[in-house]
Amino acid sequence: MASSEEDGTVEEKENNNKKRTKSALVTAWLTFYNIAMTAGWLVLAITMMRFYIQRGTHKGLYRSIARTLKFFQTFALVEVGHCAIGIVKTSVIVNGVQVCSRIFMVWFVTNSIRQIQNEESVILFLVVWTVMEISRYSYYTFSLLHHLPYFIKWARYNFFIVLYPLGVAGELLTIYAALPFVRRSGMYSMRLPNKYNVSFDYYYCLIIVMLSYIPLFPQLYLHMLRQRRRVLHGEVIVEKDE
Amino acid sequence: MKRVEILDAKTKDKLCFLDKVEPNATIGEIKSMFHKSHPQWYPARQSIRLDPKGKSLKDEDVLQHLPVGTTATFYFRDLGAQISWVTVFLTEYTGPLVIYLMFYFRVPFIYASKYDFTTSKHWVVHLACMCHSFHYVKRLLETLFVHRFSHGTMPLRNIFKNCTYYWGFAAWMAYYINHPLYTPPIYGEQQIRLALIIFLFCQIGNFSIHIALRNLRPPGSKTRKIPYPTKNPFTWIFLLVSCPNYTYELGSWLGFTLMTQCLPVAFFTLVGFVQMTVWAKGKHRSYLKEFRDYPPLRSPILPFIL
Repeated sequence: MASSEEDGTVEEKENNNKKRTKSALVTAWLTFYNIAMTAGWLVLAITMMRFYIQRGTHKGLYRSIARTLKFFQTFALVEVGHCAIGIVKTSVIVNGVQVCSRIFMVWFVTNSIRQIQNEESVILFLVVWTVMEISRYSYYTFSLLHHLPYFIKWARYNFFIVLYPLGVAGELLTIYAALPFVRRSGMYSMRLPNKYNVSFDYYYCLIIVMLSYIPLFPQLYLHMLRQRRRVLHGEVIVEKDE
Repeated sequence: MKRVEILDAKTKDKLCFLDKVEPNATIGEIKSMFHKSHPQWYPARQSIRLDPKGKSLKDEDVLQHLPVGTTATFYFRDLGAQISWVTVFLTEYTGPLVIYLMFYFRVPFIYASKYDFTTSKHWVVHLACMCHSFHYVKRLLETLFVHRFSHGTMPLRNIFKNCTYYWGFAAWMAYYINHPLYTPPIYGEQQIRLALIIFLFCQIGNFSIHIALRNLRPPGSKTRKIPYPTKNPFTWIFLLVSCPNYTYELGSWLGFTLMTQCLPVAFFTLVGFVQMTVWAKGKHRSYLKEFRDYPPLRSPILPFIL
């Protein structure tokens, strides 16, 4: 009996040490990740501002930041992994939906449909995304470093109230503008007959994507409002499944 | 004689006080008594537990065998509107049967009007319709005469979720298989014959497993026993797999995919496989927890692999 108890405590100490080194490693990685993402979006913001100040027009702005945008927005997929393995306490689904909609916009709309790259709606959502991501990543960075200035917390949990709907408007207007070009070119589409016995019409797919904003956006928006009430006002919100 | 008080699990309000309760009363009987004072909460939607965040007590549990004093305190949680498993199964299986036939007979407004009520010139399309219909008729008959359900009901919202899944996929598959521009399998008759053999083999297998599982459980009971191979060779797969009904189901749909060479069917097979694997792993885990002598060679759904 006694010896097994001893073994137990030795194992426990080893496990505690393992947990401590693991969580130090995890914190280090997350801090590095969030600093890198803050920096990346800051670079995007500054490049966009410089372009506009120097040229006086938004035409060609997207092309100038396209590669940086694609890199940093795609890298955000890593966050879904963070949620999945539990080192970040956000739901995989909430985070997954947000990241996927961004990836979809960047790779399957603005990247592939060149004719809409100079639309004003593109600039609208780029500006929104940039402001939101800089406030979000700097919030995470400062939280991890345990030195969170109140104005960063304020920004992260208040900007979205106006920016979220503006961003959605920019995205929807962009997809809408892209529709005629998709229809004309028949891109990403497959017609019958073919040996897989399937068809796919990217034009209707985009329309369905636009319609899906109707159920999805209010849910994400309300989720953020609930988070805001909890973080800024300390209210305890009882979720449905508790 | 015992006293029973029922509190709300979330607010801890006193909902019900039962004065003279027999010590050998079951939770099921207590639920009926609770239902009398709160008619909107029929027994099927009551979850009664000893601890507000604990597991639900079973209807068969007897009051005096529970760790309670002379006054038993239970916590109640509303499970929401309930619907019977039989109703859900019948609804979700009748849909695909009817929907597929609508596409097969090329009912108006699906394809171009010149094709209304015409029939496909490919015999594999007729075969596919027979197989698909047979599969769902079999499921309906099994629901009515074979299956013995552990739970009487499930939450009402499940019927909408399940019907969307089954009916949606049935329409998507049927649209392409019965389309005037359908392309028959590349390897023609050989491919179709092999697919049919696989399909029929797995249908018989799946049925055999359902019968074997039914025979484990006497009528009206909810006992759980380890299933073992019987004289029927189709049940010998129990040596290697915990949930061979799912294994055979996967096989049937793989056969149907091969028969129709239709990507939506492959997709449906894949999604079904993922869901069945989740279920099989859960069932396998409960078998291991409940039975210490559970055969170690068995895998949840695919022999040795998964």
